[in-house]
This record gives sequence, C-alpha cells and structure tokens, in this order.
Amino acid sequence: MDALDLAKKLQARFGDLLPERTEFRGETTLTVADAEHIAEICAFAKQKLGFDYLVDISSVDNYGEDPRWMIVYELYGIGHRHYLRLKMSVCEEKSELPTVTGVWRTADWHEREIYDMMGVRFRGHPDLRRIIMWEGYPYFPLRKDFPLGGKPTELPDIAFTKTAPIEGGPFVTAPGSKDAIEREPRAKTFEG
Amino acid sequence: MAEVQEIEIRDSAATAAAARSFPPAEDLQDVQGEKMILNMGPSHPSTHGVLRIILELDGEVITKATPDIGYLHRGDEKIAENMTYTQFIPYTDRLDYLAPMANNVAYALAVEKLLGIHDKLPPRCQYLRVICAELARISSHLLGVGCFAMDVGAMTVFLITFTEREKIHNLCESLTGARFTTSYTRIGGVSRDTPPGWCDAVRKFLGEVMVNVAEVETLLTRNKIWVDRTRDVGVISKETALDFGLTGPNLRGSGVDYDLRKAQPYLCYKDLQFDVPLGSVGDCYDRYLVRMEEMRQSVRIIHQCLDKLPGGFDNKSKEPVNVADGKIVLPPKSKVMSSMEELIHQFMLVTQGVNCPPGEIYFGHENPKGELGFYINSRGGGTPYRMKIRSPSFVNLSILSHLLPGHMMSDTVSILGSFDFVMGECDR
Repeated sequence: MDALDLAKKLQARFGDLLPERTEFRGETTLTVADAEHIAEICAFAKQKLGFDYLVDISSVDNYGEDPRWMIVYELYGIGHRHYLRLKMSVCEEKSELPTVTGVWRTADWHEREIYDMMGVRFRGHPDLRRIIMWEGYPYFPLRKDFPLGGKPTELPDIAFTKTAPIEGGPFVTAPGSKDAIEREPRAKTFEG
Repeated sequence: MAEVQEIEIRDSAATAAAARSFPPAEDLQDVQGEKMILNMGPSHPSTHGVLRIILELDGEVITKATPDIGYLHRGDEKIAENMTYTQFIPYTDRLDYLAPMANNVAYALAVEKLLGIHDKLPPRCQYLRVICAELARISSHLLGVGCFAMDVGAMTVFLITFTEREKIHNLCESLTGARFTTSYTRIGGVSRDTPPGWCDAVRKFLGEVMVNVAEVETLLTRNKIWVDRTRDVGVISKETALDFGLTGPNLRGSGVDYDLRKAQPYLCYKDLQFDVPLGSVGDCYDRYLVRMEEMRQSVRIIHQCLDKLPGGFDNKSKEPVNVADGKIVLPPKSKVMSSMEELIHQFMLVTQGVNCPPGEIYFGHENPKGELGFYINSRGGGTPYRMKIRSPSFVNLSILSHLLPGHMMSDTVSILGSFDFVMGECDR
C-alpha cells in the first residue's frame, strides 16, 4: 500500500471533508474543507492508518487573501514509511482551530510556536503560551505584514526600540521589483 | 533626621514557634514538603547554550519542569522569506552549528526536491555530500559524547574527542575554506571539488578516529561511575518517544527503528552498507551507546564512499560535481566574461535566484541530532513564500517537561547531556 492508497482510504472515510487531493514531487496532499474536524481526522489516521508520527505542523500567512491562514500537518507512519500532508484554511476573523495534542503530544510545542509566530489559536491546547518570543511581546513576527526590520515598541526592558537600519545589514533582496529600494524588503511597510 | 525603627531579633526557639503559628493550620498541607523553584540556565554549563529550565524541587526531587526557550531566536524563517534560495545557505550553517555540513546538505536537497532534480544529481556530488554529512555526524557525536561525559564528571573524554573534532575542522577547512561556517553545498551541487590529497587525509583521519572512539569506550562504557549516572536514568519508552516526535539517536535509543537514511533513502545511501544501532531500554546509557555505534557506522560509510567515489581521489576523469543546468548552477567565471548565454544565466541567478516552480514540498534529512526537515511553500520565483524549519532539537526538548519530574536534580545533567541538543537550531 502506498501513500496514495492511504490517502484514498482517508478520503473514503471522511468523504466531503477531504475534497481535494494533489500530488507534487511524489508527495500526497489532502485539503481539509473544515478545520474544525482536524482532530478526528488525525485520530483516525493515527489509529487506523498507522500514521503514528507527527513530523511537523507549519503555518502559512496568505496575506491579502481570504481565508488568510493555512495550517499544514505533516504525517508519517514508521511502519509503512509513507508521508501524508493535510492542509486547511482558517479565516482571519476566527484564527482558531482545535488542537491535536490529544492525538500526538508532540503537537504541543508546534502549536505553541504557530500561536507565537502567527497568532493562530488552538482550542483545547493545555498550555497555549508564547514559546520563542517572550510573554507580553505585542506582535506576531512571522505574519507577512510584520516588516523584516521589526517594529518600534514602547515596552520597557527590551533590547531594541527602533527598527533596524537598512544600510549595513546583510544583503537581502526580494526579486522582481523595480528598483533597489523596492527590492529591499526591510524598507517595505504594510498598511493596516 | 532619619527615623529610627525598632527591629525584633528572635532567638531560634522563638523563630521556630513563630513558624509553627504561621500559616494557619488548614493551610499546612500545602507547606508540607515545601517546594523550591530553581532556575537552571540560561547560562548553565550543562544546558549547552541558552536553554533555561524552571525546575520545581521537593528536596532534591524534581516535581515540575518548564523549559523556556527562545534566547537564541534570530528569525531564520522570516529571513528566508526575504532572500533567494542560494542566499539562505549560509544561514543553515548556523542552525545546528555543531554539524554545519549536514545542514547544508539537508537544505540543498530540500530545494532540489522542489526543483525536481534531487534524484538527478551527478554521482560524484552525491558521494561527496554523503562524506560531508557523515563527517558532520562524527563531529557532532564526538562533541555530544564529550560534553555529556564532562557534565557528569569524566573530563578526559572531552579532551580526546575534541582532539578528533579538531581534525574534522581541518578537513572542513581544506575542503570548504571555513572551519565552522562551511556553506559547502549549492543548489544543484557543491561549491568546489576536493582539493588534492583531501581524500587521503580523510582516510588517515578515519583510522585515527576509530582508535580514539575505542579509547573513549574503554573510559566510559564499563566505568562504574558513568554507568551509575546514566543507566536507568531518563528512561523513555518506545511509545512515549514516538508520541513526542523524538528523532535521531534519542528515538533509536528507545528502540524505534527509524533512520531516514534507511526509511527514505536519499543521495546514494541505498548503495551503501551500514547498520542502524538501536537501544533496548531507552535510558541515557542507551542513547550514549547508540551515538558511539553511529560513529563507527559513519566511518564505515565514509570508507565505502571513498572506495566508490566516481572519478577517484583526484577526479582525473573530470566527473561533474554540479548538475548540467545553466539555469540552476552558476557557470564557471571564465565563461561568464566570454559567452553571452552564460552571462545571462549568471545575471539571472545572482539577481533573481533559482527559478523554482510553485508548489509545496517537505524534505527530511537524517541529521546528527535527528530529523532536520524543511517545508517549503513556493509561489514560483527565486524566494520561498514560506519556509518552515523542522528542527530536531526543538522537538526533542519538548519531552523535558514530561521526562524530568520524578528525577533527582543531578540527573537533569545526565538527561540533558544524553539528549545532545543545540539551541541554535532549537530557537532558529
């Protein structure tokens, strides 16, 4: 049985919840229609299909699109040696989905990291605090509208209070823009 | 004129009496076995960097452990979104800075998977990358075992393993030009071929490191103090290890047979003979034994690679080390100035980056510390739209709050040593 068969089994069980299957570079991705059911789908994949190892949870900020967030689960079965990717969209107004810490305990830190970096909350998480940034940090730095140079902050006890200067930093560039200033991503500011 | 305040000085009997009368009797249950909060780190020698653990102690027994990470956060994922794929290679050196070459290989393979060329790499490139990754594994494990031993009091081991590590750095230096920040791989190949005499130097090193690994074994494996400090300490069952997503020697120490080099063979690993050592108990001692055996297996792998290296030691037959695609690999400098097509390719690669197709991939690499994975979400063009780094140390450390309670304070040092984490990769 290969990854495709496993994906089909999962689709057969959940029907309309998993409407879309894509193949790219030998990897199977299933799109979950409703993020509210992710915990059940994961529990079934773990118990019945042998996906006993949650490799990673990632988050993508599709800035300017609706729904804004995309959460990506990378599943793997030690026994059958196949990967499966589940991805789902979460809209910005809600910014919340159920936790899968009940299925794999490794999800704990992955979900905390997503909350810390993107500001998407996981309902039912036992300890949803910031993990990499400090408690009380006001922004979510991996959002696309957070500039690379940082934002000024009034908070006390923080090492920096101004945005980083553009000159003298590492050479960074976003290709496809018209001039050097446009290409320098730290010069960009997003409104709103 | 300052106000003079009366202060009360009690004798010891009065202090004890005052302590008995306070707090009220109904709250006494909370006071029994009074808890102490101890901050371990962020600059404790056994935390190998800047890990902070907030320990709640009852006497010398840990009742609660809260790891606090993020002191070395540099925003690597944010940085990656703002530069071309090639420009990010030097940042991968600084993830697991004890095995930079393995990170370079992992990252290059991830981008090549996105490009769809990961199985079309020239054979010499594949063998060179395997040699680099395995040298990095030996280097990382030497440091891991050396620091582990030093943390629990065996200083000599550290001196032996660091002498050996020094030789690996010298090899890195002659191959890549840098001792730590190697940046050796490129998208679609490696930055340069081996210098003359390098392969012979690797062979010589492999002979020496085997002698010294054996020496370390004689110092530790049957050492009474070492065994007492590590055996049955920090036991992780198979199920718990998988549940918490441990990878690398920490997972294999618990007896789970999962090694990406065997499970998802990449590069030329399927042509090479090697064994995957597994532990049986899942304690600190098993994790140490797994690392020792992995070093021997890495030596075995490198010997085979040197035997089979396409083009031989000096590459007299001029085997390529880069894919033959001008849109992925920079052309030789001599041609840039004399040929129009190469000039265009060079200009496009430097200013726009390697043009990757839209799509998303995940690639996991068996790094010395565990599974280093890159999730790349591309919308086409030379920069990733989102790149998530799945770092093994981050995931391995998440078990601490589950594992530490119930252990003695001094066992923390053994457990942290046996986990062999590095904060540069944990915090990214």
